[in-house]
Amino acid sequence: MARNDPFARNIDWLTLALYIACVLMGWFNVYAAVYSPEMKTSIFDMSTDAGKQLMWIGTSVILIICVLVIDHRFYDQFAYIFYGFMIFMLLLVMVAGSNINGSHSWFKIGSFSLQPAEFAKLATSLALARYLDVPGVNLTKQKDQLYVAGIIGLPAVLILLSNETGSTLVFAAFIIMLYREGLPAIYPIAGITLTTLFVLALIFPLFYIFIGILVLAVVAIFLLPRYNRNVRSIAGIGLIGLAMVGIVAGVDFFVNDVLQTHQQNRIKVLVNPNIDPLGVGWNVTQAKIAIGSGRFEGKGFLEGTQTKFDFVPAQSTDFIFCTIGEEHGFMGSAIVVLLFVGLLSRLIILAEKQRSRFARIYGYCVAGIFFFHFMVNIGMTIGLMPVIGIPLPFFSYGGSSLWSFTLLLFIFLKLDSRRTSMLSRN
Amino acid sequence: MFENRRYIVIGAFCLVGLIYIARLFYIQVLDDSYSLGSSKNSVKRVIEIPYRGQIYDRNGKLIVYNTPVYDLYVTPKQMKVPDTLAFCRMMNITRQEFDSLINLAVTYSPFKPSLFLRQLSKEDFARIQDALVDYRGFEPRMSSMRTYPAHTLANALGYVSEISKKQLEEQATFYYRQGDYVGHNGLEEQYEEVLRGKRGVRFVMQNVRGVVKGSYKNGEFDTIAVAGQNLYTGIDLDVQQYADSLMANKVGSVIAIEPATGEILVSVSAPTYDPNLLSSRFFSKNYVKLLKNPYKPLINRPIMASYRPGSTFKLIQALIGQQQGSLFPNTAYSHAGSPMRCHCHGVRSLSGAVQYSCNPYFYYVFRKMIYFNGNSNTFKASAIGLQQWYDAVKLFGIGQKLGIDLPTELKGNLPSVDYYDKIYNGQYRWKFSNIYSLSIGEGELLISPIKLANVAAIIANRGYYIPPHYAKGIGKVGSGIDATYYEKRQVNIDPKYFGPVIEGMRGAVVHGTVTPLANIADVELCGKTGTSQNAKMGHKYDHSIFIGFAPVNNPKIAIAVFVENAGWGGKAAASVAALVVERYLKRKTEALKLDESVKAQNYMLNVGVIGGKPGLKKKVDSLRKDTTRKSAVKKPLMTNAAPAKPVSRTATAGVNGN
Repeated sequence: MARNDPFARNIDWLTLALYIACVLMGWFNVYAAVYSPEMKTSIFDMSTDAGKQLMWIGTSVILIICVLVIDHRFYDQFAYIFYGFMIFMLLLVMVAGSNINGSHSWFKIGSFSLQPAEFAKLATSLALARYLDVPGVNLTKQKDQLYVAGIIGLPAVLILLSNETGSTLVFAAFIIMLYREGLPAIYPIAGITLTTLFVLALIFPLFYIFIGILVLAVVAIFLLPRYNRNVRSIAGIGLIGLAMVGIVAGVDFFVNDVLQTHQQNRIKVLVNPNIDPLGVGWNVTQAKIAIGSGRFEGKGFLEGTQTKFDFVPAQSTDFIFCTIGEEHGFMGSAIVVLLFVGLLSRLIILAEKQRSRFARIYGYCVAGIFFFHFMVNIGMTIGLMPVIGIPLPFFSYGGSSLWSFTLLLFIFLKLDSRRTSMLSRN
Repeated sequence: MFENRRYIVIGAFCLVGLIYIARLFYIQVLDDSYSLGSSKNSVKRVIEIPYRGQIYDRNGKLIVYNTPVYDLYVTPKQMKVPDTLAFCRMMNITRQEFDSLINLAVTYSPFKPSLFLRQLSKEDFARIQDALVDYRGFEPRMSSMRTYPAHTLANALGYVSEISKKQLEEQATFYYRQGDYVGHNGLEEQYEEVLRGKRGVRFVMQNVRGVVKGSYKNGEFDTIAVAGQNLYTGIDLDVQQYADSLMANKVGSVIAIEPATGEILVSVSAPTYDPNLLSSRFFSKNYVKLLKNPYKPLINRPIMASYRPGSTFKLIQALIGQQQGSLFPNTAYSHAGSPMRCHCHGVRSLSGAVQYSCNPYFYYVFRKMIYFNGNSNTFKASAIGLQQWYDAVKLFGIGQKLGIDLPTELKGNLPSVDYYDKIYNGQYRWKFSNIYSLSIGEGELLISPIKLANVAAIIANRGYYIPPHYAKGIGKVGSGIDATYYEKRQVNIDPKYFGPVIEGMRGAVVHGTVTPLANIADVELCGKTGTSQNAKMGHKYDHSIFIGFAPVNNPKIAIAVFVENAGWGGKAAASVAALVVERYLKRKTEALKLDESVKAQNYMLNVGVIGGKPGLKKKVDSLRKDTTRKSAVKKPLMTNAAPAKPVSRTATAGVNGN
């Protein structure tokens, strides 16, 4: 019986090792981020984020054991129930939630607060896997595309309504899984193009973008193979170019003429932090100074000066990568990037080995979500991405996020362990 | 089917990883602009809040300046308070307050300094300075506080206090941060951007001990603080304070304008409060107290109160009637046939009618104006006539915003054809007999005191006005003021039509509706009294109004005075106006007897007793409600009686025109 086999033999040890490495490095860096040379607080001090993070790690271990003990069919069978429950929680938090940092998305029980949005990713992944698992579901069909968009869109909209823009954007990560499962490539390409145009429209004057699009169109026509250079394909390129111009102009109109000033600012500051030099712009400058001042080998553990207390806010959460960059330099930050690339690639490799479509889809969801967090979080600290407040998986301080990332990962490892146990039985 | 897509996915992961490593290599190894010299240094941001601009009167006297004060900050993790009770005693706070302040600070951050007590005066600070050495974790920081040496003009100035959450969210640019001070209401809000200056940010490098080691990158990212600019106003502080003293124990406004420039000389809203109350650290306590005061001292009455103009409106009627060609200086009307009663006796010419404020006369003036278009259908004629009248009155700034440099100006109400169509449920369903109370400034008209002062300025100027304004200069006198404050706005009345009106106004003061004491020698006051109907709305007394200017030729001052619940306009309001004008023209008060009698009057006792509770808010509401109630019965207040046979209701209306 597969489910009675000891987990130890079947679990993917490489992934587990990467997980442990990430969590421990994260914990030490949370400690470094809140450490003050004058206070000399201990890493176990429960009044600091470091002490609390240890508690979250401890409870995560309990969660891991639970996940591994529960029968694998549970995740499959109960996927929709999880999903329904999650939607209910997201609705409930809008009525009964409390405000933390301007977002109305937390349940507060005593001094303990929980953010259901963090767990919505997990429930949505399971529901998607369950839906696409059904034979005959085909992502090239419009009906199935619509259903999938609904499964992803519903929680995303609810989270957006509770003012958590960052967590909403994470739902874009499912595009990776959908692409793998046969969604026509035009969707991710169109998605990336639209995002790029949107960002460009906010940064540059319209005129330059129009010229850019024109140049691109001319180049594209020029590059067409000679036998294909007919009126139809040239008109097609022209139409695409025109559509792009329309989108850029539309974004410009919407942001500058429809939105109110403070809403405009909230969007503009995402792509151009310098318009708020005392707020977000300050964070970005400080983040870059902190990382840049780490040089090649860093200032050493607990020796960072830039990333303490009153410099970058959210030092132990969203901007934890600054501490790594400052104290461990290029060596440390490159290792973290490599750890993530390794973990992500390992997840894809494992996912491809799955026999059940359910497990494979779920694995891709997990990899996609981790990838999105990794890309946006590190990207924003080094000035390559807009500032969107989402945590770095396993590193950032925070109970809800650590729990949800742990659950995401270990449910997949549980599904995966069944595959290896089946193999060993044969 | 799509297995090969795995390579694209893994490829994308690796690509992002590579880009990030390359970027990290660039900013950490290649680009040394992020290097902080010694690796033990760190960059700290120091914000410099500039001095807020001061406010001056027209003679260079200070109205508002800044006093240095100290804000006390606490860093909870460093805090050591050996004896909490002694500390609380020293700080003059209770133990509970201490605990809640510390709790707030801990919630914000145990490591960062947060505000503990705001605005300790220099004296308070000197008292605790030495003792503070024993309490670690407390740090004083210099700050400043608005101070009002003249203790006047509170409503026009507004106040400076912490920015509200809503303002913080809705600001157009990212300037303000939590805890910033910002001007609220009045000139402090209107001229916030010039007064506040521009905040500076300096980036300094400091070592681990917090010792500043110099600027970061030679100040490349620093922005220099720019001090706020001073605001020069047209207020005459001496006259302002004198007017304050006259309005003690009264509710109302005094507003005076220099006709030639539109500069506001005096702006009294009574009862007022000491502006210093809202600048100390007891802001909330004092603010709530003022908010609960039944006389509503926080309302800036010259700008925000709406009254019926009463008989003062006859001046406008006389002017537009002449311009229209329906009224001539020698036109005479008898009382016969008018629904309005009057206390004057006999048939008069135009200037006599102004002098004695003859109600029937202006009933006929208005009637002639409305029916002047000659349309045979009286309903249609009324609509055409009212439209013409509306367009003419509108030019006087009535029912419009004048563009005063205060954020809270009201439009008031000038009833239009549409307005009456709505009340009477359709076009051509009303005529002159429904609207004739407008002839003497009653009915649906609502005007704020500053608009009436502006009307006085228009007459003083013989035909134009410059939008009334407080500011005379930003930075220095005569610069930085909005161009509209130099713009002459014509009212389309030929200067020759002002003669008979002004003659009547002078007559009203010399021997007319104004109390004889208010005819002060060498002042040459011209004026018009008015009584704004209020007694009918459950109050015992009407509001007393006076508008005027002086001297007759080349006028220097135009004025409007409202005294609520003071009855007849010729006495309370005219007396205050005469004294203020005398003070401004002569720089001293010679009419001591009048001065004494005005100061002795207490009209506050008369203020509203609706439901046994005094309250201006209620009163203003009841005024407004009255307009709506009328619309419910579809008839203006004074038309219940048949025009030919006045009954007691109209009789009261008649008495009002004095």
